[in-house]
Amino acid sequence: MSTPNLTSPAPAAAPSFPLAILAELTHRCPLQCPYCSNPLALEAASAELDTATWVKAIEEVADLGALQIHFSGGEPTSRKDLEVLVTKASEVGLYSNLITAGVLVGENRLSQLADAGLEHVQLSFQDSEAAGCDRIGGLKGSFERKLEFAKSVNALDLPLTANMVVHCQNLANLETMLELAVKLSARRVEIAHVQYYGWAYVNRAALMPTREQLQRATEIVEEARERLKGILVIDYVVPDYYAQRPKSCMGGWGQQFLNISPAGRVLPCHAAESITSLTFDRFPDKSLREIWETSEAFLAYRGTDWMPELCRTCERREIDWGGCRCQAFAITGSAGNVDPACALSPDHEMLQALAETDSQAESDDFLYRTRRTGQELQNTSDKPLVTAP
Amino acid sequence: MTTRTAITEASVPALPRGVKLRFDKQRDRWVLLAPERLFVLDDIALEIVKRCKGEATIDEISDDLARSFSAPKDVVMKDVIALLQDLTDKRILSA
Repeated sequence: MSTPNLTSPAPAAAPSFPLAILAELTHRCPLQCPYCSNPLALEAASAELDTATWVKAIEEVADLGALQIHFSGGEPTSRKDLEVLVTKASEVGLYSNLITAGVLVGENRLSQLADAGLEHVQLSFQDSEAAGCDRIGGLKGSFERKLEFAKSVNALDLPLTANMVVHCQNLANLETMLELAVKLSARRVEIAHVQYYGWAYVNRAALMPTREQLQRATEIVEEARERLKGILVIDYVVPDYYAQRPKSCMGGWGQQFLNISPAGRVLPCHAAESITSLTFDRFPDKSLREIWETSEAFLAYRGTDWMPELCRTCERREIDWGGCRCQAFAITGSAGNVDPACALSPDHEMLQALAETDSQAESDDFLYRTRRTGQELQNTSDKPLVTAP
Repeated sequence: MTTRTAITEASVPALPRGVKLRFDKQRDRWVLLAPERLFVLDDIALEIVKRCKGEATIDEISDDLARSFSAPKDVVMKDVIALLQDLTDKRILSA
């Protein structure tokens, strides 16, 4: 018998349908985190897909070969029909994951969701203590409610992941965040540095860590990974403003990821709507297969043909897939440009200077995530920092 | 949980709630579905994981596999422990 092997799946050359789907059921949320990954233009409840349409989407993704579904938002438990959707996911064999702020649901409803077939809960924390957590999320009492919610998750024996988004205003608490995750019996923790699109992009000056803060955070995580081996799995997401090479965003545009927005728009990445030069097909106007295989938005930056010369001739073209299209659009004005996180990009120095400046701003003023603020910002923030060549 | 679980001959491994062994018929392979991740199992890993039901010890599982594959038990057990320790450290196996 040969040595057993466990590998993460590699994406196919011609992408098969994604293994996991992100279902953003709603943009409604009791929290107002200033780095929310939702677009600035938040959908109203009236624009949301109805239950029957979500059920149809769940059936389609299972038919197409997806194995997991992440119910997210906004706050997915804002939807009263979440139980129906989890039940359907379970019926069609999808592993279901709830990504939640944990402030709306008591043990009764969570128990109903578990009975419906929910497999896993990811719970967000905005900080490791009440004052910071409540201030950053913009909701008084949220920290205590999250602790109660985590207890309910444990009481039901559901696996728990703690999600901690980190930035210059909470990085000093990184060690206590890791302690909190252990105390809550989380099996995993995600320490995710803010990614600077949408809401986070307009709040850069209040969030951007210094290079030294980032380095210190990475040291803390590396030390904790050793110390907590077998106790807590630590997933660590770094920002790329200080990097030399771009991240392999979404494992490549249209390669292995698909997101359905509350209004049914089908997106190659949850921030894709920030690229205002693209239009996105809507489910159920078209089937998910048709959108995945042939929609303009998915084809625009899929593979390597779209790449500028610099990327197309780069040996890393199928490693980082040209990095992040949203970042290229936000910084350079064209989503088809080289991601400025790459040291070879002509805009790289500008990006790093921007990060340095923002990290020195020492602002603690947040533009909180509300529909109204989003509408106001949309009119002013869609101009790139430099003019595209 | 505050200490790492060490896998030994006497451990009785099981898949905890939230970890599922499933055949992926679209791609003709067995996978382990876990919180926000998915692992593809090769034939040998599958034979080991299928036996993690919270009933048999590592010693018994290794005996069974050694017979099925006509392989020396000490070699088999070393592989079994290495794989299951790795899954335990990933927090997707209880023992």
